[in-house]
Amino acid sequence: MRRDIFQAIADPTRRAIIALIAIQAMTPNAIAEHFDTTRQAISKHLKVLTECQLLKQEHQGREIYYQLEIDKMKEIDKWLEQFRKIWETRFSQLDDLLSTLKKQK
Amino acid sequence: MKHNLQFDFIADKQKNTLTIRREFLAGRQLVWDCYTQSELLDQWFAPKPFTTKTKSMDFSEGGHWHYAMVDPSGTEYWGYTEYIKIEPIDYYTTLDAFSNAEGEINQDLPRAEWLVNFTDKDENALVETIVTYKSLSDLETVIQMGMEQGMMATLEKLDELLLTLNK
Repeated sequence: MRRDIFQAIADPTRRAIIALIAIQAMTPNAIAEHFDTTRQAISKHLKVLTECQLLKQEHQGREIYYQLEIDKMKEIDKWLEQFRKIWETRFSQLDDLLSTLKKQK
Repeated sequence: MKHNLQFDFIADKQKNTLTIRREFLAGRQLVWDCYTQSELLDQWFAPKPFTTKTKSMDFSEGGHWHYAMVDPSGTEYWGYTEYIKIEPIDYYTTLDAFSNAEGEINQDLPRAEWLVNFTDKDENALVETIVTYKSLSDLETVIQMGMEQGMMATLEKLDELLLTLNK
């Protein structure tokens, strides 16, 4: 199954998980404690996040810690940038026109 | 030419709006003219590499702007904007639409209300554009249409993204 960063942030619980572990790496149990849902539900979200390559696992002794691949979040930024670009090029054309008009006066 | 001009771009999922604020290095009257005269609009409105051509324009309340954005291969994308309220040189509101070359509005595609506000910022003009869609899916549809191919997979997730960005 192909997953991407946008699938990662599509669910409110996953967004909350991202916010949690953005601050520090956590074990699945520690993450689950923050939510009212079942441990299984959290595991499923962690699985999706891992498939989106947003999470990486780190073993410390017998514990598994999840931590965020924060670079991956840049894809969202890059994607949004395209919408901004449309308006940016439009406005820079208006800048050029305005400066031409001002010179004509 | 690069300036440090104010530029805000805000998407609001709750209100289905896009708010775009931009400062321009010119007085309010001149910027107003660029927004409201077709021969000037034609020179900037379509983002590169598109060009704009006006078929007809009547800038008055109840009037319209019927125009096309033309891509480099010559394909025309027609739009029909109705002017609702005009208060020179403070603001105007419109209802936009997609149309054909005859100016017949495509009812299947979303329409949006535009409020375009002009204010002074020292010697410069600040233009605030608030585009309001009827629903989030309308907003998505329009953004989808305006985008180049190859992005479709991610576009489905626009609403969630907007929600995230609002936090």
